[in-house]
Amino acid sequence: MDRYEAVIGLEVHVELKTKTKLFCGCSTEFGQAPNTQVCPVCLGLPGSTGVLNKKAVELAARAGLALNCQINTDTWFDRKNYYYPDLPKGFQITQVFQPIAVQGYLDIKAEDRDKRVNINRVHIEEDPGKLVHASGSIMTSRASFVDYNRSGVPLVEIVSEPELRSGAEAKAYLEKLKAILEYTGVSDVKMEEGSLRCDANISVRPSGSAILGAKAEIKNMNSFRAVQRAIEYEVERQIEVLEEGDSVTQETRTWDESQGITMAMRSKEDVDYRCFIEQEIAPVELTADWVENMRATIPELPDARRRRLVDEHGLPDYDAGVITSSLSLAEFFEATLEKYEDAKKISNWIMGELLRLLNARGMELGESKVTPGGLASLLQLIDKGTISNKMGKKVFAVMFQEGREPQQIVKEKGLSQISDVDRLAEIIAEVIGKNPKPVADFQSGKEQAIGFLVGQVMKATKGQANPGAVNSMLRERLAK
Amino acid sequence: MQISGKDVGQLAFLSRLDLTADDLTICTKSLNEILGYLTVLEELDTGAVKPALHVRPIKNVLREDALQPGLEREQVLANGPEVEDGAFVVPRIV
Amino acid sequence: MDLHTLPVYRLSELMARKEVSSEEITRAHLECINRTEDRVKAMVTVTAEAALDQARAVDDRRAAGEELSSLAGVPMAIIDNICTMGVKTTCASHMLYNFIPPYDAEVVSRLKDTGAILMGKCNMDEFSIGPADEERGPQAPASRSDGGAAAVAAGEAAFVLGADTEGSLRQSAARCGVIGLKPTYGRVSRYGLISYASSLDQIGPLVRDMQDLALVLNAICGHDARDSTAAAVKVPDYRKCLINDVRGLKVGLPLEYLAHVEPQSAAVVRQAADRLAELGAICREVSMPHTAYALPAHYIISAAEASSNLARYDGVRYGFRVDDEDVQGMFSKSRGRGFGRAVKTRIMLGTYVLSAANYDDYYVKALKTRTLVQQDFERVFEKCDCLLAPTGSGIACCDPAADLSATCDVAANLAGLPSLSLPFGLVDGLPVGLQFMARHFDEEVLLRVGYTWQENTKHKNKP
Repeated sequence: MDRYEAVIGLEVHVELKTKTKLFCGCSTEFGQAPNTQVCPVCLGLPGSTGVLNKKAVELAARAGLALNCQINTDTWFDRKNYYYPDLPKGFQITQVFQPIAVQGYLDIKAEDRDKRVNINRVHIEEDPGKLVHASGSIMTSRASFVDYNRSGVPLVEIVSEPELRSGAEAKAYLEKLKAILEYTGVSDVKMEEGSLRCDANISVRPSGSAILGAKAEIKNMNSFRAVQRAIEYEVERQIEVLEEGDSVTQETRTWDESQGITMAMRSKEDVDYRCFIEQEIAPVELTADWVENMRATIPELPDARRRRLVDEHGLPDYDAGVITSSLSLAEFFEATLEKYEDAKKISNWIMGELLRLLNARGMELGESKVTPGGLASLLQLIDKGTISNKMGKKVFAVMFQEGREPQQIVKEKGLSQISDVDRLAEIIAEVIGKNPKPVADFQSGKEQAIGFLVGQVMKATKGQANPGAVNSMLRERLAK
Repeated sequence: MQISGKDVGQLAFLSRLDLTADDLTICTKSLNEILGYLTVLEELDTGAVKPALHVRPIKNVLREDALQPGLEREQVLANGPEVEDGAFVVPRIV
Repeated sequence: MDLHTLPVYRLSELMARKEVSSEEITRAHLECINRTEDRVKAMVTVTAEAALDQARAVDDRRAAGEELSSLAGVPMAIIDNICTMGVKTTCASHMLYNFIPPYDAEVVSRLKDTGAILMGKCNMDEFSIGPADEERGPQAPASRSDGGAAAVAAGEAAFVLGADTEGSLRQSAARCGVIGLKPTYGRVSRYGLISYASSLDQIGPLVRDMQDLALVLNAICGHDARDSTAAAVKVPDYRKCLINDVRGLKVGLPLEYLAHVEPQSAAVVRQAADRLAELGAICREVSMPHTAYALPAHYIISAAEASSNLARYDGVRYGFRVDDEDVQGMFSKSRGRGFGRAVKTRIMLGTYVLSAANYDDYYVKALKTRTLVQQDFERVFEKCDCLLAPTGSGIACCDPAADLSATCDVAANLAGLPSLSLPFGLVDGLPVGLQFMARHFDEEVLLRVGYTWQENTKHKNKP
């Protein structure tokens, strides 16, 4: 029994999938030249006033509904006041007092256990701008540069209750959250573009204690794996502090990916954000009709889809879990299934070849060229014996890269199996003629000698023969 | 309720206002006068009163998610006290 | 003919009849500025060349037979906290000494569309809060709180757009003997009005004649898709509201207001009520028991909002900046030297009342008081069409107890109501203003009562 228990809560910031910013019509497109997507509103110019983006409200409500939250009928915006150069108005417009959604939950499975993680709140807020540090050494650079393209980009912050107990649970929570947000079209959830960011509040306490220890807030984790590692590191660090008889300092710490450690950050001096209601943005009343209309736009969520793949298509639960963890995979799977009926075979190829290639190249499904129709045709070619399973993998790699039809690839590269019995018979006769010893061995009862002969035939055909057919033809000839 | 020069120093810090010694003296006096005046509200019983969250009961003022032209970068940077490479320059932030 | 003394509607008629050109009118006003500005100090920026160019363009359009708005070719000035594209907009603060907005406020673009001529920007208190410190050097303009009203009174512009957060537009109108209207909160777009207190600020016209008021309101009122608070409420043709008839109009006299001002001012209001009664209005005394709490509540709310609205002046994107190695040091030095003492005091008061420890006792208390003040109005407007009160003489900065008459003005801001100040005339040698307040979006009744007053008191009480 562990002597300590970790108490972990996650604050996840997710960029909403809107074309324009939260309070103005500037583009949210990622990666544009600095300060080219700004207007008086998101630049905080004196006198500017904004108007709320309806799509942002609807996406945030959709996130709340998909996370089983209650939607607050009356919701509004507040100002959080602090001074930082990336914050053009000197305050952030966010929801402090009356967030759009509260009291939801998310079901996860981690370390082979099912768990329900409660969600405290989902609220809408605007992103600040971005600080870029001058090139060269951080110690020698004189200045930082501010780019306000991100300023005003709509976000939701999803705050879990402190109910997670390990890095693995946190990772499972994030994976599930990501899938739900992707399924519902709330966000692109691309961590590398900053459209999903996660901070973790971590404390430890003696097992069985109900008192919360001092917590550290960990920032700057750039992947789900990093979140897991950072939490595992931080929990161990805090346990060591307690074991040495010291107490944990309440502070903000940053995760250093290369060193694999967390480090204390300079403490924030403004602890009092002096939040008060925003007067320049109208409150929102989410009427029952509106909420029901939004609920109706929520598609089948990962858990339901997983159950359906098991129940309707007989997929093993594990396979269904992997395939439904991402909307694009699930859609790819089902589109393939419309043209090819063996669900388990499709799942094997998706989980085997497709995911292997994606992971190896660090790509998203959308970036590969393989199509569901292509995979279905490939599986049919294998079934017909036109190509072997092994050949199929080579063809698949080409489809993945170039996106052409498998028949075409097979034809161009001369990959089809030699199923012409006469041609194969000629080659087999040749091999028998050249290898009298193994032939004699086999005929005298040494069963394993057949393997050598099959291998020789395969070599002579450059692998294009069907090994099963070769085997049976050889036996037939040698039995004569 | 009286506030001290030290309290005002803290308010000045939170408000990012460098105060001169004269500023501090004068502002402290002014703030105490105002706070003294504001005590008149204490006599008003507002226990059961709902706060006026907005001046008028407006709600659901929303815009469609449609692109609008913004500013040209030259306009964005034209008022900047220090700009370089299309961005605003501030002292180095570690 | 002294063109710079004529009201807007007369200038409009003369131009329509081609008796004078906009260029002549504009020159007359520019000459007035040259002659009087040293003494009046009503303007912080004069855009003489651009004004003449605009005037000639209007004259060309008229010559080409184009049908033009009543305001086409009429010289106007805009208070310096309303953004004008390409024209310096400083809020009379050193903090914005060099700020040139890259955009026009909604009201400015609407007026430009009518063909009105921008003469320049009017002086004001620093950020409308208080006088700028004098020792802050040559770059800071010397602030004058009533620049807009003074410009109209002196004939530097035929009309002015000002702003009103705590009554300053109405008070300055009263002091300068002109007409000032704070419209309903939401009647006029605030897009481009540099915020002091977002829930209290409202743009309004300063004019010399009620007919001019109707013309300017017609141009600036109405919904704006860029300002969430600009209401989509139908706008009438205000010229049709200029009705010289108050028979049957129910006018309330709030007793608590009369108790808050000097006896002479109270006497003026009673005198005005008698005059309106002679004209057929039904005047009666009403009680608004929370009047005394309006000013402290206004103080707290305006300071809270100001502390946040003025946080953006940090020396990063525009305005005054003092360099420092540390970014937070740069903020503090820039703000410390860029703002005057009155502004700094107000920001710190706002920081104080919003701090976690004081939030409920001050900020929430003030919001609750605001509810009570609003309810006072709702009750009296069940029985009255409008209220008559003195126009206050303004808040003496940092010394609220010194001038309780400010109470008369701030309540309309707290409740978001339309409020009109009319010149009554001189009392003991000083100009005095009458204030009429009405229900939300009922500027119509104010035009009616104001026009009736004007038409029946002409040639009398001239300041």
